[in-house]
Amino acid sequence: MADWDTSHLFVDDEDEQENDDYAVEGETSKDLIIFLVDVGRDMFLEFDEEDAGKSYFDVVIESIIEDLKARIISRDSDKVGICFYNSREKKNPLESDSVYILRDIEELSAGFIKEVSSMKDRFGNEIGSQRGVKSGSRESSLYNAIWVSQGMFSKTAAKNHGKRIFIFTNNDDPFEDVDPSLKADLKRTTIQRAKDANDLGISIELYALSRPGEEFNVNIFYKDIVQLDDEDTSQFMIRSKQRFNDLVQQMRKKIMKKRTIRKIMLTLPTGQSIGLKTFAMVRPARPGSGEWLDSSTNTPLKIERSFICSDTGSIMNESLKRFQEYNNKKIIFTIDEVAQVKNVTNVQLQLLGFKPISCLKDYHNLRPPTFLYPNDETISGSTCAFVALHRALLRFQKYAVAFHGRSTNPQLVALVAQEEVTVDGFQVHPPGMHMIYLPYADDIRPAEKFNVSSDVLPRATPEQIEKAMTLIKKMNIKDFTVEQISNPALQRHYAILQAVALDEEDLPESKDETLPDEEGMKRPQVVAAVKAFKDAVYGENHDTDEAEAAAQRAKGSMTAQKRKAAADVAALEADKYDWNELAESGKLKELTVPELKFFLNSKKLPLTGKKDVLISRILTSLGK
Amino acid sequence: MARNKETVVLLVDVGPTMHHYLKYVANATSSLVHRKILLSKSDELGLVLFGANETDNELNREIGGYENIVATPIMFVDEHLATILSKFPEGFAAGDFVDAIVVSMDMIIKKLGHSKKGNKRLYLITSADSPVKDPEEGGKFEQIDQIAKQLEDHGFKFDAVVVKAGQSDGLIPRTTLENYAILRKLVQHTHGELAIVESPTSLMGTLRPRTISPTTIYRGDLELGPTMAIKVWVYKKTSQEKFPTLKKYSDKAPRSDQHATREVKLDIEYKSNVNLDVVIPPEQRAKGYRYGQQLVPIGGAMEETLKFKTEKGLKLIGFTEFANIPRHFYMKETSVFVPEPGNEKSVSAMSALARGLDATHMVAIVRCIFRQGQANVVIGVLTPNLATEHHVVDSLYFNVIPFAEDVREFGFASFNNLPASKQPSKDQQNAVDNLVRMMDLAPPKGEEMLQPERTLNPVLQRFYGYLHSKSVDESAEVPALDDALQNIVDPDPELVSANRLALEYFHNQLPLTLTLQEGKGSRRFWRDKLPGAEADDAQPAEEIMQEGSYPIGQISFDSLTARKVEEVGGLHPVRDFEALMARQDSDEWVVKAISGMKTIINDLIDSAYKGNTYDKAMACLVALRKGCVIQEEPLEFNTFLRNLASKCRGRRLNDFWEQIITKGVTVISKNEAPDSDVTLEEAQTFISGDKGGQVLEVAPKEEVDEMEALLDEVV
Repeated sequence: MADWDTSHLFVDDEDEQENDDYAVEGETSKDLIIFLVDVGRDMFLEFDEEDAGKSYFDVVIESIIEDLKARIISRDSDKVGICFYNSREKKNPLESDSVYILRDIEELSAGFIKEVSSMKDRFGNEIGSQRGVKSGSRESSLYNAIWVSQGMFSKTAAKNHGKRIFIFTNNDDPFEDVDPSLKADLKRTTIQRAKDANDLGISIELYALSRPGEEFNVNIFYKDIVQLDDEDTSQFMIRSKQRFNDLVQQMRKKIMKKRTIRKIMLTLPTGQSIGLKTFAMVRPARPGSGEWLDSSTNTPLKIERSFICSDTGSIMNESLKRFQEYNNKKIIFTIDEVAQVKNVTNVQLQLLGFKPISCLKDYHNLRPPTFLYPNDETISGSTCAFVALHRALLRFQKYAVAFHGRSTNPQLVALVAQEEVTVDGFQVHPPGMHMIYLPYADDIRPAEKFNVSSDVLPRATPEQIEKAMTLIKKMNIKDFTVEQISNPALQRHYAILQAVALDEEDLPESKDETLPDEEGMKRPQVVAAVKAFKDAVYGENHDTDEAEAAAQRAKGSMTAQKRKAAADVAALEADKYDWNELAESGKLKELTVPELKFFLNSKKLPLTGKKDVLISRILTSLGK
Repeated sequence: MARNKETVVLLVDVGPTMHHYLKYVANATSSLVHRKILLSKSDELGLVLFGANETDNELNREIGGYENIVATPIMFVDEHLATILSKFPEGFAAGDFVDAIVVSMDMIIKKLGHSKKGNKRLYLITSADSPVKDPEEGGKFEQIDQIAKQLEDHGFKFDAVVVKAGQSDGLIPRTTLENYAILRKLVQHTHGELAIVESPTSLMGTLRPRTISPTTIYRGDLELGPTMAIKVWVYKKTSQEKFPTLKKYSDKAPRSDQHATREVKLDIEYKSNVNLDVVIPPEQRAKGYRYGQQLVPIGGAMEETLKFKTEKGLKLIGFTEFANIPRHFYMKETSVFVPEPGNEKSVSAMSALARGLDATHMVAIVRCIFRQGQANVVIGVLTPNLATEHHVVDSLYFNVIPFAEDVREFGFASFNNLPASKQPSKDQQNAVDNLVRMMDLAPPKGEEMLQPERTLNPVLQRFYGYLHSKSVDESAEVPALDDALQNIVDPDPELVSANRLALEYFHNQLPLTLTLQEGKGSRRFWRDKLPGAEADDAQPAEEIMQEGSYPIGQISFDSLTARKVEEVGGLHPVRDFEALMARQDSDEWVVKAISGMKTIINDLIDSAYKGNTYDKAMACLVALRKGCVIQEEPLEFNTFLRNLASKCRGRRLNDFWEQIITKGVTVISKNEAPDSDVTLEEAQTFISGDKGGQVLEVAPKEEVDEMEALLDEVV
């Protein structure tokens, strides 16, 4: 049971409250999203002259589809609904005018995406557009749409679901045609509607598009819908554009829920303990392992495992004994005994001491580390002690060495403090400690010394090093971060999965971002730096030398050349005999062994064996 | 096997200065034999004790001299040898290690002939205190030169471990210094290693358990661009030595059967979900992958196209600053890139590159495909590893770094904005600073303690010992952890006592108290609600949740996690479930475990005949509840239980529902898991209120009784 820390089972509400004051827990795990798309007349204007024929509406729907395709992989528990406003027809439970629910909120599926993709063709007939709010109208279609959306949420949402409405429009003044006497009122009620929704925990986000020739002016109306401060409005359009692009270019990356792996205690040499939570911040992402299906019905298969005794063939329960061959005997262990051997300590994480960071070598690594963050739930004062330790480690440039008493594989670990790094108010590296799993002597190989030389080895000369440094500087990727390169195999997997699920015609070619930048490599400065380095370490005639050596290799070694010459001679000699004639008349026996070998050599057959063997080999080869 | 066969002679100093260490040396050497028996049975080993009271060696018999040296002939590793090496007789003579080396060389040469071939090793363990005798002719160092040359000519490897008493401040005697010089020379000539160790822990760790035959994972070009490449070989630098995979044992065959394999085969059958009797043949099986909530079947040919195609090769992507790749992004075991052996151009190029990186504090980012058709590309970082010895090349360490998809962006509260109550005071910070400074494992003078290179895996070490003692005596108990290995697990007692004051100061400054013991925890909580219920204080909180009548804890948890369970099976659902929940290699397992468990429970009660499956279903339900509390997934359980209620209550399965009520299994409340959607009261009424509307008034009483019943069962 050592792996399960159950001590936090019955924590008082009070404690929780206190923690919530400062702990940033992960975002809510599941989002419900309604894409609320304006289908008013302006949305059918041509979007961009370059992209002839596409309307604003087309572009918005395409981006939504892209978002859905990414979302189904990255956050497959999200639920999505799609709703239009300013539509000609109405379809919603409240029978509100100008609001058309295309899909109610539901889990994402291939069918959902397919329907959205195919909707455009029937839009004109079944849904239709109308010019914004009509002049005599007393109803605001946006008001109705938000009201309907709220209803859609209330049907499905649970308390801990995030509820979001994404509004897509290019009309910054929805009430421009309205009778001025009603305008103020309509505007006010619509804004109030949005505020009410907001109070219910629904967040409204605006994806605003500028109409040709005029900038979308958020100040006219929408700033109160999305509740922007005056300060925010100036930058709003730039950010909106950015968000819109993000929608289209999302990476297919499975978003993990922030989950504590374990709650553990770091025991100090004083006997006291600090409570910790552990998190997996970096773990190799893999495509799902896949499930076995019956290909005739495409239903999942049931996998049954059974244990069979190799000697008797009888089916048995899972064996509680294990054995190991040792010294020609079978040594038997019970599972308990094995567990006992592995259990070298009852302490979860025992602090042993501290070392300067320079003691942690580049090769002291086995697997991705685990992130540690303090946890006051079970031990009060944990955060305080952890923070003090964190500061001390950073100040003295040290790391803590501890023994991690996991039951499966207890290991020595290095606890390396991670300073918080924020860029523009955004947390890049959280504060905490990384627990790096250290190898034992058993795990480290003296690999550098596998091929030692008895001679003194050449070391780079200062000139060679200088050329290397120039090269390094010329090929410097200045702001490299590990988040830059996506996994080509994983991206390919997702792309093909999507193509199959959505019956897409052609398989998409995903870009392999791991390939070196070929263009960059061709830059004259880089080419020159490579050449200078190459000449410095290999000498200027390296390529010609290599080419000669390669040619030499192609010709083959001395013995191979000799063998080839011998075969040529043999072929010449062999031509002087009529082998068929000799074979048929049985006169092969009369030839000498060297004569027989002419034939064999010319046909590249083995030359070994006694005369009889050689003759029969010749006969076989002639097909006799 | 034969290729890696090794012939070793251990040279052990048993003279007076070694007495204190002999026990640890014996532990290390006998363990070496245990490991060899298990892993490389054809190795041979001989023993030469010097500084001994007696003299027993062939050179002494043949030509005289070589006194106080006792040789045990070279033999295959076996139990007998392990016994010999498990205890060394203390000697009182001065040990001349050079004499011992000559004796050992002679032993190996007599055994294997003069050829340079074969893995021949001499392993010297000494305190290097006793003087080396002057030779009869010529100078001491001339003699050493000769021996060094002979070792080299015969292809010997010579490693030496010098055991040094902990106090490093005293002056090192002249003799010892001279001995160091001699050893260094010998080691250099044979490319061996000289290790000076100060603790039993590193003494054991320094004795390399076995030589691993070097195998490259890649040989070929490292492309720096389209026009230049360096020929490299890539080796693993670290590779985790795993606990041996023990085979499952079957006792079905009769005891008397000498030839029984005793093995257990795992048989996997793929059956139709519709009809459990139908086995689906391989050609009718297809893989399905999840797309949203839907499984998309990807057939054989499609599966092939799903695969990403790779071409073997290493390509430089570019260089970047060392600081751009934080250490915690290293993902896997480390490899090392060395220049192609014997290729001077590569050696120079690699050396220039490594030294260039070192001088500029930069690293190289490379794209690697080590094998043709490898499933995926690997992106990694090359960092310089500059050689300190003349005969070793400059090389580069390679560590795998994550892809964008592998990095999770979780936010955590900044330490700077903590409330004052959580901020360390000046005194507290002082106390912690003090501790960090004092508990120093790498003092400027002396040996770095717990250096990974010199620290053995205590679990493996213990296993090898146990394996051996079991082979001698079947009923042997699991041995205690060796003293020398205890320092890996617990703080070094000497270090602790030396820093008693710093530790006390820390203890006084930083109150770290278990909130449970302060009465804030579960015990008080339950007792408050349960007048009269006397809870046993010694009882751990977790057991309250554990149904005593169900044998959940029969099998130790450790063994379960060792076994990689991948789904909740019908045979041992509880066990599988717990193992799955405990798996930490992926978050998926928790989800999988919970959904698997739900299916099983439903299956069980659906298939019940006169309630014959109820006990098992109940055990599953209890386990599921517990798991959901621990993993903070209360909603998963609550929704399930509500569905179960509507499924059973007042219907065919009402009897099962009644059992649930009797057991007091209710929804998870906020008190247990903060994410829950019900309060404690709601949770209590959930089952009590179930008695029907008409008995609502008596509900509170009922409820208490049920709680008591629950406790009674456990206590």
